Amino acid sequence: MVERRSVRDLAALLFAGGLAFLLLVIGAQFVFGSAPMLIGQEILKAAPTETGAANIVTAVVLGYRGIDTLGEIAILFTAATAAGLVLGKRRENARRDPDGGFILVASADLLFPLLLVVGFYIILHGHVTPGGGFQGGVILAAAFFIPLLARPGTPVNHGGISLLEGLAGAAFIIIGLVSLYQGHEFLRPMLEKGQLGSLISAGTLPLLYLAVGLKVGAELAGLLAHIADVEAEES
Amino acid sequence: MELLTLLIVFVMLVAAISVLLLRNMIAALAAASVVSLAVSIIFVVLRAPDVAMTEAAVGAGLSSLILALGLRRLGLWRLERGGDNLLLKHRGQDVQEDTDHG
Repeated sequence: MVERRSVRDLAALLFAGGLAFLLLVIGAQFVFGSAPMLIGQEILKAAPTETGAANIVTAVVLGYRGIDTLGEIAILFTAATAAGLVLGKRRENARRDPDGGFILVASADLLFPLLLVVGFYIILHGHVTPGGGFQGGVILAAAFFIPLLARPGTPVNHGGISLLEGLAGAAFIIIGLVSLYQGHEFLRPMLEKGQLGSLISAGTLPLLYLAVGLKVGAELAGLLAHIADVEAEES
Repeated sequence: MELLTLLIVFVMLVAAISVLLLRNMIAALAAASVVSLAVSIIFVVLRAPDVAMTEAAVGAGLSSLILALGLRRLGLWRLERGGDNLLLKHRGQDVQEDTDHG
């Protein structure tokens, strides 16, 4: 046992030393807050005219690197599926949390519509202002989880959530396939670019972000409802 | 701006160390999400508002929620109703928290 522990200590020491060395090298080479890469300058110059998105991050995430985003969605889907598989089913005799009390119930009713509006605002303005499908989707999931915290045991329509999630994911791929059908590359932005900075601009990018937002929101809301539903053993 | 960054880093360090020292699970989780919130402010300072929103929504909100529910799944804490109050029960020790005087 002693030998195994000393080996482990040595490995931890080596790891910590390597991490410190890495951080020192990075800290010595780059000034805090300065961009070390050159490709960013090119994209900053070309993106507004090429994609019509005022938010350059969205132009990169959906325009230049759309297939990476598709992979990201797939990763999230796999993770949520695996979590659902590990969590398993709710036991018959599991206990429920008590109701949230007056303050939580009242503020859940108040927060639900506000959070919905904020979530959809962030999703739909993803190509104009900071934000987008992933951030807005998480806020949507939170909006649907807060009433569940206030009133534990509310039945959740898992079938509907899965259907919405599947449709949103399919919509993302179909938009990509349509551009393939028209003779362009997969997921190339289409439609009119419109006026830079207005809500209806940047062609298909807002539609793609809406699909991403709905998918992420449905996925995480379903996962949170599932985790909240399974309970610990009675102790 | 440098002063602000130093202040945020100090808050981050204090919160990160208190995660290790706090005995109350939920308090430790709250401290962990304070670290994420501070990081998201640093992202704003670095002019990366998109990343800041992701960090605030996912790091501070969603991941601490999932951690809290995971710890409850393991039976490390649970909510109980005692009269008019909600009680936060820990395994090993009982910590009372008034959340409702209705």
